Amino acid sequence: MSDKVIFFLIQVLNGVQYGLLLFLLASGLTLIFGVMRIINLAHGSFYMLGAYLAFSFAERTGNLWLAMLIAIPLTVLIGLVLEAALFRFLYHRDHLYQVLLTYGLILVFEEVRSILFGDEVHGVKVPAFLDFSLRLTPTLSYPVYRLFISAVCIGVGAGLYMFINYTRVGMSVRAGALNREMVQSLGIDIGLIYRLVFALGVALAAFAGMIAAPVASVFPGMGNQILIISFVVVVIGGIGSVKGAFIGSLLIGLADTFGQVFAREISGITLYFLMVLVLLWRPEGLFGRAT
Amino acid sequence: MRGYHLAVRILLLLGLAALLVFPVAAGKFYLQLFSKIMILAIFAMSLDLLVGFTGLISLGHATFFGLGAYTLMLMSPEYAAASLWLSLPVALVVAALAALIIGVLVLRSSGVYFIMVTLAFSQMFFYYVTGSRRLGGSDGAYIYVKPETTLYGWAPFQLSNNLHFYYFVLALMVVTYLLLQVMMDSPFGHTIRGIKVNEHRMRSLGFPTFRYKLAAFVIAGALAGLAGYLDAAQYGFVNPDLFGWRESGIVLMMVILGGMGTLYGPILGAFVLVLLQEFLADQTKHWLLPMGLFVILAVLVLPLGISGMVEQLVVLRRNLGARRA
Amino acid sequence: MSKSEPVTRRTMLKSILAGAGVAAASAFIPRCFAAVGGAKIKLGLMLPYTGTYASLGKNIDDALRLAIAERGGRLGGREVDYVVVDDESEPAKGAENANKLVARDKVDFLIGTVHSGVAMAMVKVATDNDTMLIIPNAGAAAATGAACAPNIFRTSFTNWQPGFAMGKVMVGRGQKRAVSVSWDYAAGRESMGGFKEGFTSGGGNVEKELVLAFPQVEFQAILTEIAAIKPQFVYTFFAGAGAVKFVKDYAAAGLKNSIPLVGAGFLTDGTLQAQGDAAQGLETTLHYADGLNLPKDNAFRAAFKKAANRDADVYAVQGYDAGQLLAAGLGTVKGDTSARKEIIAAMEKAEIDSPRGKFTLSKAHNPVQDIYLRKVTGLENRFVSVAVKALADPARGCKLV
Repeated sequence: MSDKVIFFLIQVLNGVQYGLLLFLLASGLTLIFGVMRIINLAHGSFYMLGAYLAFSFAERTGNLWLAMLIAIPLTVLIGLVLEAALFRFLYHRDHLYQVLLTYGLILVFEEVRSILFGDEVHGVKVPAFLDFSLRLTPTLSYPVYRLFISAVCIGVGAGLYMFINYTRVGMSVRAGALNREMVQSLGIDIGLIYRLVFALGVALAAFAGMIAAPVASVFPGMGNQILIISFVVVVIGGIGSVKGAFIGSLLIGLADTFGQVFAREISGITLYFLMVLVLLWRPEGLFGRAT
Repeated sequence: MRGYHLAVRILLLLGLAALLVFPVAAGKFYLQLFSKIMILAIFAMSLDLLVGFTGLISLGHATFFGLGAYTLMLMSPEYAAASLWLSLPVALVVAALAALIIGVLVLRSSGVYFIMVTLAFSQMFFYYVTGSRRLGGSDGAYIYVKPETTLYGWAPFQLSNNLHFYYFVLALMVVTYLLLQVMMDSPFGHTIRGIKVNEHRMRSLGFPTFRYKLAAFVIAGALAGLAGYLDAAQYGFVNPDLFGWRESGIVLMMVILGGMGTLYGPILGAFVLVLLQEFLADQTKHWLLPMGLFVILAVLVLPLGISGMVEQLVVLRRNLGARRA
Repeated sequence: MSKSEPVTRRTMLKSILAGAGVAAASAFIPRCFAAVGGAKIKLGLMLPYTGTYASLGKNIDDALRLAIAERGGRLGGREVDYVVVDDESEPAKGAENANKLVARDKVDFLIGTVHSGVAMAMVKVATDNDTMLIIPNAGAAAATGAACAPNIFRTSFTNWQPGFAMGKVMVGRGQKRAVSVSWDYAAGRESMGGFKEGFTSGGGNVEKELVLAFPQVEFQAILTEIAAIKPQFVYTFFAGAGAVKFVKDYAAAGLKNSIPLVGAGFLTDGTLQAQGDAAQGLETTLHYADGLNLPKDNAFRAAFKKAANRDADVYAVQGYDAGQLLAAGLGTVKGDTSARKEIIAAMEKAEIDSPRGKFTLSKAHNPVQDIYLRKVTGLENRFVSVAVKALADPARGCKLV
């Protein structure tokens, strides 16, 4: 294969890999919004929380997997506490108040992080057995850990898909997204469903932060940038649709990557431009329902 | 001020009187601080038009704020002053035009999609300006001399004078308030309010709701441009962060916390938020923590914002349900 | 909302209103300073005390105070009072925050900051109010370039300086083909511009200047492109979290061995812990290094460690030198802050005995200093050689030059 083709394919790989990581974050966001109708601006903060916990526990135990094993239940717990204490009051409120409350939550999270963990940039070591690269061309190698992350993301995506579409609980979740009153009148505790979905969303965000920490670094404000991008993904894909989040993230990943290659000067604008285009064509996103 | 209880009207007039007299007691710093707050109040009122009256939640209102600011920068020659009478209308027109174009594109979406696409536009401007050498990029750009007000050889006031600037901004804030008040009391305003309550019904009644929403969007954009222009004029410094989501978020906070759907709510919101921030920042470096907690608490406890709280306290037994309509 | 007894809720609302009222009212209370009899010199520090640059801000603050403490806590014989404002690295509020120090606290000297966008706002406020300003980090060329002024000084660097030095070093080694990478923002462009100037002056050619939107950190696309272009080496400017990620990504992509990576010192300053093995052996240029073995540097590092319980870094040095510059300026006038002309003249003529080595100030008030070539060894940026001696920033557009 000619050099140009090889590099083109590698760029495709780059775009897909980035998109898959975005998917992990966006899937949780779209679920929370699709089922609970809550705009959660603090989603990026859970991503940051996961990363900092992973860093902190990995430093102590020297093992990233162990750190994740401890950190995931911990974040889920924190998520459930927040749900009971704050989010519960937002279900029937206007989007505006959700935006405002979760914005306040971002501020609180940032400061707590600053007080507990300080403000430096931290690195997390890639787990030893994954810390090598595959040589693709004489000059370029591909870090295997990234391929691993991508594989995990695909696995999680498949798992989510199966869960939502092929289990009883998943069915209740889908029903709850469509019509909560009906679900309640059928005797299913909608509150329990909400808590489950919220916990799942938080866990996905935190997990994304943990697994990406070795390649992304851990630093103040890390949640903000990726939050906006995940929202863009969710909006493009259609709110509430995991499939939409998947397609949307791949689209964004590829657009961003190729935007950098071909339209360098305006690469920052590419994904917003893409979002505007999609919404012009389909105001509810690619796979969304009219809310 | 039709529809406001007498007690509230008196409070508002007292507030205005206080602002008029304020410069007598205040030093330079507080004069400038209050000027800044009033500029933000204009910004917040313009957003309230969208959020509180038309029901359009925009997270990208900073787009027009930034456009107003950068227009002044572009119109200010390097070491001379731009004419206020020329540059201000141009800034308003630029902001309104942008709002027209963006509005046509975004108003087809609703709900969360609308929120996100308005955010998208402000982000696009942010990245464009950051990367633009001519516009100063991420380091920002200066407006070396404040706009001057000479007409036929006579300058009615000097913007470089803090006192003049204060009263100029105060006057504009009052004019904005009255303009919006008159607008909302007119048939146009009633239609807008109707759209917020139930757009389908309005459409089935024959109203071309898209055009009304667009009109509101353009007016709100122009007023935000006014605020941006004044902000740039105050310190003579612009940078891409004026387009940022943080600016849009802060002004949205002011509107919601102050109380949507009234016009004095955003003004209250601007004063409370900025003064609270000043107070907290002096106490601790982690002031964002109590600030965030305050916001969360306010959302849970004050559904109608501070203006709602004021009205509840002052208006002893009045049924506030009437205000929601 | 759920029903609740009107009385209870109103009472609660009343107390909230009262609380808010008190809070708002107290914002009006003019700040009382501890100045007891005899005016102290007021230093206004505007630095990032929160956020990504917080550790830099802290180091500058601590080092500045150390410099003054070493002189008995006095400048020109007068005691010093500090007023501190957190700029949160937010350019949009830069002018407002600087104004706080100038208009409300009426400081004699304004000192700050780290972020260039905020620093430019400070330059504007300082120029408008004719306040003395010392910049202890921000490298924006304009501050001692197009926007230069007699009352604006800098004790750090311009983004151009390390870049130019590295360009000279690489072309001096016979390198001909380079690619530069950075964020698409002012600092990145200035750094790459400096490198290009230095590199092309010896016949080198920068094949491409790759940029990505600030503050994006997805570098894979750019790394792939670098591999496709196959330059002899890559020059880069990144700082903070971006620097950590870029260095790690560069190594993981296997590029480190085939296409050497060099950069401005910020690539590996304060980031080595996080970068680990990926940074080992990287060469960078900066006006400071580890292992300089200058008596002043050794003394400074020990003193800083003792005072702040942290290791000193280039930011601390810059803050320390700001203190030294203040002392030089106020020393000759015995602390008389109204003798503006004399203070400026003294500062302009000062030869600062800095931990980085001695330096003077250019006509535009930017340090004329040696730029060092350093190599990452372990957790240090070890001094290798002097890349360029007494390098002055060209100060394009400055009226003082």
